[in-house]
Amino acid sequence: MVNTNKTKKNNREDLEKIGIQIDADETTDTAEEEDDDNEEEDIKQPAKIRKKQNNRKSSKPSDEDEDNSDEDTKLKARNNRRRLPVQNGIRKNKNDKDDESDEEKSTDTAKNSRTKARNKDNGKGEESDDNSELEGENKKTRKNPVHNNNRNNRNNANKRQKDEDNKKVKQANSRGNRKGEKDNGKDKKKKGKSSSSSSSSSDSEDTLSEGELAKVLEEVEEKKMLIAAIRTKAWRMKRKLTTLKESQEFVEKFEGALGKGKGRKFYAYKVMMMKKWIKFKRDFENFKTSCIPWEMKIKEIESHFGSSVASYFIFLRWLYGINLVLFSLTFGLVVIPEVLMGLPYGSIPRKTVPRKEQPTAMDFSVLWEFGGYIKYSALFYGYYNNERMIGVFKYRLPLSYFMVGVGSFGYSLMVVIRTMARNARENGIDGDDGDFNFSWKMFTSWDYLIGNPETADNKFASITTSFKESIVDEEESQKDENIHLRRFLIVLANFLIFCCLAGSGYLIFYVVKKSQTYSTLEELTWYQKNEIDIVMALLGMFVPPLFETIAGLENYHPRIALKWQLWRMFALFLGNLYTFLLALIDQVNAQLAEEESIKNKTLAMVNSFNFTNSTSESIPAIDPADFPRGPCWETGVGLEFTKLTVSDILVTYGSILVGDFLRALFVRFINYCWCWDLEYGFPSYTEFDISGNVLGLIFNQGMIWMGTFYSPGLIGINILRLLTSMYFQCWAVMCCNVPQSRVFKASGSNNFYMSLLLLILFLSLLPVIYTIMTFTPSFDCGPFSLAIYYLNATSKTYETANLELKRKMQMLRDEQKNRRNNKYTVNPMLQDLEDLLPNNANVNKPESNQIVIGKQPNEATRANGKHGKEMTLAPPPPRMVVTKPPNPRQVSHIPGQPRSGTPGSGPRRPSPGQSRH
Amino acid sequence: MGSKQSIFTEEQLDEYQDCTVFTRKEILRLYHRYHSLAPEIVPCHFNDCADIKLPLELISEMPELKENPFHQKVLQVFSEDKQNKMSFNDFLNMFSILSDLTPQHLKAHYAFKVYDFNSDNFICQSDVEVMLAKLTGDELSDEEVQLVCNKVMEEGDLDGDGKLSFTDFEYMITRAPDFMSTFHIRI
Repeated sequence: MVNTNKTKKNNREDLEKIGIQIDADETTDTAEEEDDDNEEEDIKQPAKIRKKQNNRKSSKPSDEDEDNSDEDTKLKARNNRRRLPVQNGIRKNKNDKDDESDEEKSTDTAKNSRTKARNKDNGKGEESDDNSELEGENKKTRKNPVHNNNRNNRNNANKRQKDEDNKKVKQANSRGNRKGEKDNGKDKKKKGKSSSSSSSSSDSEDTLSEGELAKVLEEVEEKKMLIAAIRTKAWRMKRKLTTLKESQEFVEKFEGALGKGKGRKFYAYKVMMMKKWIKFKRDFENFKTSCIPWEMKIKEIESHFGSSVASYFIFLRWLYGINLVLFSLTFGLVVIPEVLMGLPYGSIPRKTVPRKEQPTAMDFSVLWEFGGYIKYSALFYGYYNNERMIGVFKYRLPLSYFMVGVGSFGYSLMVVIRTMARNARENGIDGDDGDFNFSWKMFTSWDYLIGNPETADNKFASITTSFKESIVDEEESQKDENIHLRRFLIVLANFLIFCCLAGSGYLIFYVVKKSQTYSTLEELTWYQKNEIDIVMALLGMFVPPLFETIAGLENYHPRIALKWQLWRMFALFLGNLYTFLLALIDQVNAQLAEEESIKNKTLAMVNSFNFTNSTSESIPAIDPADFPRGPCWETGVGLEFTKLTVSDILVTYGSILVGDFLRALFVRFINYCWCWDLEYGFPSYTEFDISGNVLGLIFNQGMIWMGTFYSPGLIGINILRLLTSMYFQCWAVMCCNVPQSRVFKASGSNNFYMSLLLLILFLSLLPVIYTIMTFTPSFDCGPFSLAIYYLNATSKTYETANLELKRKMQMLRDEQKNRRNNKYTVNPMLQDLEDLLPNNANVNKPESNQIVIGKQPNEATRANGKHGKEMTLAPPPPRMVVTKPPNPRQVSHIPGQPRSGTPGSGPRRPSPGQSRH
Repeated sequence: MGSKQSIFTEEQLDEYQDCTVFTRKEILRLYHRYHSLAPEIVPCHFNDCADIKLPLELISEMPELKENPFHQKVLQVFSEDKQNKMSFNDFLNMFSILSDLTPQHLKAHYAFKVYDFNSDNFICQSDVEVMLAKLTGDELSDEEVQLVCNKVMEEGDLDGDGKLSFTDFEYMITRAPDFMSTFHIRI
């Protein structure tokens, strides 16, 4: 209260300065105080909203606006009592100023009269104008609908009478604020921030008094707001133009007057930048919308087939976007680095086609099955080397392989959930669907985009049918007679479908169990081999139509029916997935067993080499193609997923070609010479099968998620698939499908697709994690081959071996020291080392095989830094390196040692010692 | 570019960009559309045709409007004078309002005007009947029409005066999931 009095006093002084009789105003002040208080209720609310609105206006980053309104609200209560006098004062000021400049035409009085005229002119329009000012931003963000409504109602009631009053009071109030604030600022030695420009100019410039300046500033802000919001006004274009011109002129004229010298230039610069920024944003927005691919294609389909079919294509496009990101991740961080910087094809066994496969490796039939050269390419897991770092950049490929695997899942999860959240937010408002059923049909069902007579006819028909449907629904709900029958039918339908699902589930289970017993049999008939596939295909063919028939009992709205159909087919397809995964795990287990035996074989071979080579100088040159190797189950899994994806693509495209295109051709052209009407009779044209296509897409995506870890190339195939199917299916839909008999809107079903996708994402995450956690990686292929194998197998034995080696190296070093003391050169010393090491190896030999393996990574890491690695490591298989005669190794290690600087933990101890001198 | 810019002055283009949601390119394209509706009446240069107005029948021939059952009323709402003529300003304004960048409340305002067929500032029973006839083409029986009208009034009329005021209409239409996407013409 003290504060108020103070400001009031200041204010009064200020007013006296300008020459206003306060005594006269004081009476009106008290007289109208009550009225003021009443009005305050009205004003406070919009002010609050305006504040919110301003905070939200990130798109209009004008600081002045925000400051202004903030201070407005803060000071509102304080200045309440002072409102009228100030207003009067300003009136007077304005009258004075009128003489000075001709732009003063838009003074209060003039303005008021104009608003009055406007009010009379179009009462409705005016109301919405004012509303738009206050609510523009609010509405855009769809905030507080009820609140809006309340305000609307009140506005309705109050607006017309109080409109003018409010306006006056508001203006005066804010002006008062400005003044009061400035005075405060003066009290505190000019602290006021927003009024700094005006106060500084008022100090220097005597022609414009403070009151005038404040008013001008206020007006300028007002005009600026108007300019920014003019396109959201419900005015005629002519009026918009003239208003725009007026306010622009005004702003230009008085903006300059507010600042001086530097400030003025800066201000002009700021305004210019603001304009540029708005323009840039406008262009960018345009650019963004024009960058969305296939927009016109989808729109065309939408106008012909309704939003439900278009929703499938939008979903397809969205998936394509996700896959594009995954593709660039996988190829950019894994495949391309390996191809560019890793060892070339044919350098090590895992990158070479085995000898016995080589004759057929380029055959089309083999390549078609992803065998031959494709199997041993960067498209599959097995090709990747376990070198920790590759290339000149020391790129950590295994790490990046793993991180990309994790990152793909993380990214997909994030995107799916974020999209779901956004969809939920967008659809959140139509939660009460039934409230405005008829009104919405009436006022929003006609799509103004339709410009094609045929589509328009379809639309009229679909609107009519939808009205009829609603009428029937309405009548039914009013009757309520058949509710029991309906309930009974729904229960019955669900029971039948549950039986179907359980039956097919049991069938799948039974077939899988049976096929597992076949593995003991020697000879398999063709039927026995393909039993599972046949059963699955039959189920996939006959059960969905059965579901649809049963769903006819329920008599749901097609949108709801589609959801149910999707869920039921989803459950059915899960069986498919289950059998596939079971078969895959069986295969992996078999391959792991095979691998174990091969590992023993290779180790025996290595050992035998050690025996034979211990005395000879050179390594036995084994061609990498001849080297025995494990089956590499990871590549096998990747291969299965790839094959499945490709066969899925083929089946989908084939069914579109045969089921849709040929049928359409048949119906169209045989119709001329047939005994009944084919087009409207039995075969007819097909409708677009939304549920089947969506589920196909979702399950395909699940396959991709599962398979990408084991086959980085799979995502590339998927990209191609989505791209082609976008064009192919668009063509097929427009060419050979007919719109559904009941066209329905697909609002909100997008989120339904998303939730299915999320489920599949989790389901596909599980097997990947399971395989990574439980199965040991293959010992001779893939980025994690020896690293993890080594960890698993040799952690303990390695330690003991290490200790032993250390001891030996210590001995060696002692010996070296002795020799150095004898002033020996490096080379003779090396020769001695060579003499020594074979013994060393022979000592090692009796130890377990695992030690031999255990040394490998150590040596591999040490050798990484050298470019000579290809010479030493590449030609022989990795295991050979460990125990092979040291001759070539030593040669290469000496130049490399100082550069790589990796502290060889055990066996390499002597080398630092060497480089020291 | 030079030839394009000669249609409008830079100033005019900026003004139009401030007053509508369109970009410079779209404004020029719209002018071309306007020009091609009646090449003999509308000159190539905008400054010469500030006062030229085209009859609504001509504009309603545009494929974007032709199939629209409400196109007459839409054009009437947007034409400035009551003589069934439309200037380029109105033309531009109309497509600006119907573009997808326009805020919802503005669209609602004009949608109300469009659907208020007898222009009494309320959507009453007769308006709904007219709309229904335009949308369904007399396929519904009288009882059905009555039912639909009653339902619409029942749903939308919040203050109980038997007709939809703008407030009622706005409350209803801003909740419609499809309003923004259907009250929209891509030009």
